[in-house]
Amino acid sequence: MTALSALMRRDIRIALRVGGGALIGVLFFLTVTVLMPFAVGPDLALLTRLGPAILWLGALLASLLTLDRLFMADHEDGSLDLIVMSRTPLELACAAKALAHWLAAGLPLIVATPVLGLLLNLDGSATLAVALTLLAGTPALTFTGMIGAALAVTLHRGGLLLAVLVLPLSIPVLIFGVAASQAAIIGPLPFGTPFSILCALSLVSFVVGPFAAAASLRHGLD
Amino acid sequence: MMRLSGQNLRCVRGGREVFAGLGFAASSGEALAITGPNGSGKTSLLRVIAGLLVAAEGSIALDGGEAELTVAEQAHYLGHRDALKPALSVLENLSFWRDFLGGDSGDAVRCLASVGLDHATHLPAAYLSAGQRRRLSIARLLVVRRPVWLLDEPTSALDTKGQDLFVGLMRDHLAGGGIVIAATHTALGIDVREMRMGGAP
Repeated sequence: MTALSALMRRDIRIALRVGGGALIGVLFFLTVTVLMPFAVGPDLALLTRLGPAILWLGALLASLLTLDRLFMADHEDGSLDLIVMSRTPLELACAAKALAHWLAAGLPLIVATPVLGLLLNLDGSATLAVALTLLAGTPALTFTGMIGAALAVTLHRGGLLLAVLVLPLSIPVLIFGVAASQAAIIGPLPFGTPFSILCALSLVSFVVGPFAAAASLRHGLD
Repeated sequence: MMRLSGQNLRCVRGGREVFAGLGFAASSGEALAITGPNGSGKTSLLRVIAGLLVAAEGSIALDGGEAELTVAEQAHYLGHRDALKPALSVLENLSFWRDFLGGDSGDAVRCLASVGLDHATHLPAAYLSAGQRRRLSIARLLVVRRPVWLLDEPTSALDTKGQDLFVGLMRDHLAGGGIVIAATHTALGIDVREMRMGGAP
């Protein structure tokens, strides 16, 4: 247990320091969302309708932005070798790394959502619904993205490959995330139905992600 | 009394056979130096022992070790890469490995003192020289006790004083019943049994 918390503490600490990349995601999220009203125009009703989709797309791309460093940095400096050799099961180490990545890069996106909701003409309850779906959905993005990060770890220019590998996996999360937000804002579906599926997707990714990532890390070492 | 041995090992990398039919053995208190020209498979052998490469054939066993742990889990691997994070301070780097590798672990600051880095505990690792980075990696071997040390060119980048210091640390480790397996081009400065690996085929 101390091993896993040490790993998480280290990753969060690195992410928060200069050049660590935790703030890059939020900044990107901010940029995308701020630019969107300028592109769409001053039609407030249209903005409200597009709002949840824009926030979700922004969050999805922002969480992908730093994901390629999840294992790459540890691979480059040799830390990954020692993590594989250690007495901590690799699956748990992967899960701890993904959780740390989500805490450092995913959680700030959710905190920023209420501010950005204002720019998209979303009222209080709509913003709350979007933030809630992001809270339930972004862990799934991180944990499925981890599989791609592990596959891309030994390849050069793996960042691009990561996007190609991960984006198809994140489509279901995107669909149900936006659907739940829309349901809360305009209906007619009850919020609970797509939201439960979103939660289920996250829970599945918690189980599948670490095992798949650990398997591909073991296979890809050389 | 522990005995680390490998039998009939064959390693294939990228479709090319690096070595085949290789065997080795080292007992407690014994150091094995793996020598040979570049590309003869010294690093590959160390990585096979560390479980980081899968041997195509053969087996490795640590007799007298803890039965429920693998060889890799009872070994330290000191490779070409330092496993240091430039954004973290010297002490943070070492404390992380102490907590993560766990087991029988000691005091990080004292270990830094024994590799001559106690003056730089709060310096970010980004500002360390190559030799200092190597010293910090060596401190990792001390802070968590593991019976087997797998060392890949351990003395590279170390100055003469650092090399002497490392010789002393290896002696202590061997005297405590440890095993050292080192891939090296230069004399290690301790009593070793040499194992020469052939030239590239």
